[in-house]
Amino acid sequence: MSVDIRLAKSRVVGLDVYHGDDPGNIVTPGDVITADTGFMRGHGTYMSEDCLHSSVAGMVERVNKLVSVRPLKTRYNGEIGDVVIGRIIEVSQKKWRVETHSRMDSILMLSSVNLPGGELRRRSEEDEKMMRNYLKEGDLISAEVQNVMSDGCLSLHTRSLKYGKLGQGTLVKVSPSLVLRRKTHFHNLPVGASIILGNNGYIWICPTEHVEAGETGGYETNLQPVSRSEREAIARLRNCVLALADQNVLLFDTSILYTFEASQKYAVKDILKPEVILEVVDLVQQRLELEGS
Amino acid sequence: MAGMDLLSDQGFRTDGRKPNELRRIRFKKGVFKQADGSAYLEQGNTKVLAAVYGPHEIRGSKGKALHDKLLINCQYSMATFSTQDRKRRPRGDRKSQEMTMHLKQTFNAVVLTELFPKVQLDIYVEVLQSDGGNYCASVNAATLALIDAGIPMKDYVIACSGSFVKDTPIVDINHLEESTAGAEIIVAVLPRFDQIVFIEMNSRLHEDHLSRVMDQVMNGCKDIFNILNQQVKDELCKKAAIDKLVDAG
Repeated sequence: MSVDIRLAKSRVVGLDVYHGDDPGNIVTPGDVITADTGFMRGHGTYMSEDCLHSSVAGMVERVNKLVSVRPLKTRYNGEIGDVVIGRIIEVSQKKWRVETHSRMDSILMLSSVNLPGGELRRRSEEDEKMMRNYLKEGDLISAEVQNVMSDGCLSLHTRSLKYGKLGQGTLVKVSPSLVLRRKTHFHNLPVGASIILGNNGYIWICPTEHVEAGETGGYETNLQPVSRSEREAIARLRNCVLALADQNVLLFDTSILYTFEASQKYAVKDILKPEVILEVVDLVQQRLELEGS
Repeated sequence: MAGMDLLSDQGFRTDGRKPNELRRIRFKKGVFKQADGSAYLEQGNTKVLAAVYGPHEIRGSKGKALHDKLLINCQYSMATFSTQDRKRRPRGDRKSQEMTMHLKQTFNAVVLTELFPKVQLDIYVEVLQSDGGNYCASVNAATLALIDAGIPMKDYVIACSGSFVKDTPIVDINHLEESTAGAEIIVAVLPRFDQIVFIEMNSRLHEDHLSRVMDQVMNGCKDIFNILNQQVKDELCKKAAIDKLVDAG
């Protein structure tokens, strides 16, 4: 088996589109954004000596009077209605703790899940004892953010058949800022696989037929073997997502599908080679520009 | 050291620098994929890796949590191969414990801790090669790692060291100067607010000379700040240029 090894200095660098021009809205921690007192203090800013200062390095964004600074990388900041993928880390009294790449562990209450046997069923003590049978430590779930507590802790719910436990598939972790907020985050791609783009930067790729068969809230896990072609499609999608993330391209169904198509001439394992990433992602960017999406 | 001058008659130091000259600074942000933020920094031959994890749920005993602000957890360690004589350094030894405390105090002063109650932030610093100014390089590297992680801070924290040789203040001293020159002053500042968050002096220095050395060290901090800030800004501009390309498309 051949191994691909290269020296650090022979690595390919990304496309160079920067010509030394300052876009004018770049700030670093401590920079004065404005000395005008008519503005409101948003995220990434603080007041000191009657001036509005930046507290992170990033781009200044202004919505009417609200000034905020968006850093390149952060932990996930949940908003109500977001679709997230999470991993159960603890089963406790009437609730599960879920890791969602947020500042604090998220919480999934027993009362905010659909239990097998109807939506409008009273939750009994029996259910409480059975909690570990539904979801146990290490399980992956898809859920929606129901509420954001005052300390930033997220409360999740899976009260729809599209949410619930995830069965066979691949999890990819990327930066939360790369996932574009859209109307739908569940996509059945025409390549034999489905993808869930969690707003928290966790992306789930699984075979399509499992999604269609498994709309039961996920309590019956489908453990049928997945065919080779499907597994290949999933592996290719995973590498495509990682390639896009490597070049900081926003992730949504179209960009992922275009990358999938552009990567066809390479073997799945070669997609993550730096020069291939550059070529494929460049093609995708050109195509996206052409179509003006 | 016999027969060797820390400052030659022509006014140059042993490594050929002028008294107010810094060592070469190079750094790279985002060297780890797994960490929330990370940075690798070289100041001359002193090389440091810093990684930031968090803010995240308190690990270990929940009792450590502070109900109104962020808990900062630091760990400073030196690699076995970082100094001239190879030596196993257990993580809990007194020297690195002290350094850990100092780093913790420094970053408590500058991170906007009240924004994240009941959670924890980990800062891990590892010295890969040590040639004097370990604290300074650690602080500067950790600052860059915090910026990379997008943690809200009041300002950069920049640390620089200085000494006094032959009636001349010198900045950013290396290991040779650290071990032979006598007095050593280490200062960590918020460069844009001209505030000192940390100051330490080893051995004695005459009161009359103190202000001159301090002035020189403060200038050193400003210089380091300008170097770091320029590159951080450049990288952001580059990212903005790529974004614009995508937006236009």
